[in-house]
Amino acid sequence: MLRNITIGQYLAGNSVIHNLDPRMKIIITIMMITALFFIDSFLGYALFFLAVIIIVYLSRIPPIRILRGLKPVLFLVMLTLILHVFFTKGGDLIWRWGFISIESEGLYTGFFMVTRILLLVVFTSLLTLTTSPLELTDGIEYLLGPLKRIGVPASELAMMMTIALRFIPTLLEEADKIMKAQMARGADFESGNIVKRARNLIPLLVPLFISAFRRADDLALAMESRCYHGGEGRTRLYELKIGIRDFIALGLSIILSLIFIIF
Amino acid sequence: MALIELRGVDFSYNEMEAPALKNINLSIEAGEFVSIIGGNGSGKSTLAKLLNVLLLPSAGEVIVGGMNTFAEENWLKIRQKVGMVFQNPDNQLVATRVEDDVAFGPENLGIPSPEIRKRVDQALEAVGMDRFKDYPPHNLSGGQKQRVAIAGIIAMEPECIVLDEPTAMLDPQGRREVMDTIHYLNKEKGITIIHITHFMEETVGADRIVVMSQGSIDKIGSPLEIFREIDDLKKLGLDVPLAVEMAHELRKKGIKIPDILSINELVDSLC
Ligand SMILES: Nc1ncnc2c1ncn2[C@@H]1O[C@H](COP(=O)(O)OP(=O)(O)OP(=O)(O)O)[C@@H](O)[C@H]1O
Ligand SMILES: [Mg+2]
Repeated sequence: MLRNITIGQYLAGNSVIHNLDPRMKIIITIMMITALFFIDSFLGYALFFLAVIIIVYLSRIPPIRILRGLKPVLFLVMLTLILHVFFTKGGDLIWRWGFISIESEGLYTGFFMVTRILLLVVFTSLLTLTTSPLELTDGIEYLLGPLKRIGVPASELAMMMTIALRFIPTLLEEADKIMKAQMARGADFESGNIVKRARNLIPLLVPLFISAFRRADDLALAMESRCYHGGEGRTRLYELKIGIRDFIALGLSIILSLIFIIF
Repeated sequence: MALIELRGVDFSYNEMEAPALKNINLSIEAGEFVSIIGGNGSGKSTLAKLLNVLLLPSAGEVIVGGMNTFAEENWLKIRQKVGMVFQNPDNQLVATRVEDDVAFGPENLGIPSPEIRKRVDQALEAVGMDRFKDYPPHNLSGGQKQRVAIAGIIAMEPECIVLDEPTAMLDPQGRREVMDTIHYLNKEKGITIIHITHFMEETVGADRIVVMSQGSIDKIGSPLEIFREIDDLKKLGLDVPLAVEMAHELRKKGIKIPDILSINELVDSLC
């Protein structure tokens, strides 16, 4: 299951979108998503969707990859739709069966909310699909930079994210190995109710945690021996550079956001 | 003056237990290839950690390139001079891409970006991993990961690399890759190598072998000198290379064989 989450599924490329500065991309994403919440008509959504299509086209991401990223929110989408359709009342009566009824307001709000969620997820995944986790971390580190003065350890947070990203595949692999080893000794991860299954996870989680702590210990030593001493005075192999392109992208998305917010 | 000098070094992790190191005196010259062998718990890893200030001696002193490890202002400089490669290849790579991992050390040293670029490229080339610079480390084989770890150290331009059982978790192919790499670095780049290992075959190419036993240095000598005393090594629970053992047995049977270290030499002297 952990394997089909789009986050961290960066698709390497060399498109205009890929080459935008990660800081700009993060700012634009936050801005557009905020604007998304101001949209109050399907016409607005259509315009937003058009923007998404243009970005997808420019970035050369296969649309199927974006659709696949929607899988994890499918349940949430269905739930939202069902709740609204059956429980939001108002407008014309469309269908009735005993005490269950669907009214036009519910149908409208349901689809409205679902569109919002889908666009939200799609737009965010555009960021993660075209920006490598490393660039993302760099971008976040930089944007949090001003907060260093009030004691936010921005560089250390970014380092933590990098390490987490680095070790997710390693730990997944290890979990898989432990699971097989425990299954060979008769552990059962698949049957029983939720409580029983959760309890059955203990023989997986205990060794996994012990090994994770040992790794953390080793890694801390290795980092220290490679002169890591916090973010202070650290330089980077890739320094972020903002160009004209980035300002054009920012300008366009400011205009777009304003349109969404005002109309 | 020697590159690394240990003078009367003691070390204990815990005051209740026996010290992990007792009265170690050792000096290592620039450009040397030194192998350290010894049974489990004989203090090899502890000794290694003293060399780049991951630990400080309980008594005595460690001098690296003229700098005492007790002076805190020297720590970064010492760690830059003496790099360390650990046993588990998975637990020493930090970044999500090979290239970024190699850049980690120089970044910590505050080297300007264009210079880091140059060093990363050179380091990856030196270990023969330049083709993999965009790979995520978890997609590499053990031997490749270990070579990336070595590149990460080389990029800091050290004078010495300490490797603590770098091949212990590798298959024969990976082991050969790593051994070839460190011999290349020693011969071609003049980097001092301190190599801790349990594989006796890996020590025959060293300039000197240090034998450790229960926290002390038992013996120091060239591979020929060390492996001549097979029985002493066996008493410490250590093996000797197969060829050396075979020559020893043949000599006992009265066949005259000169001192040899490798299978090839054995074959040459017999045929
Ligand atoms: N972190 C620690 N805390 C307490 N004692 C330790 C620690 N690390 C090692 N020791 C003890 O110090 C002694 C020397 O250990 P060290 O790891 O240096 O041996 P080694 O020669 O590297 O062994 P191996 O061949 O197993 O790697 C051992 O008795 C060990 O139990
Ligand atoms: Mg050890």
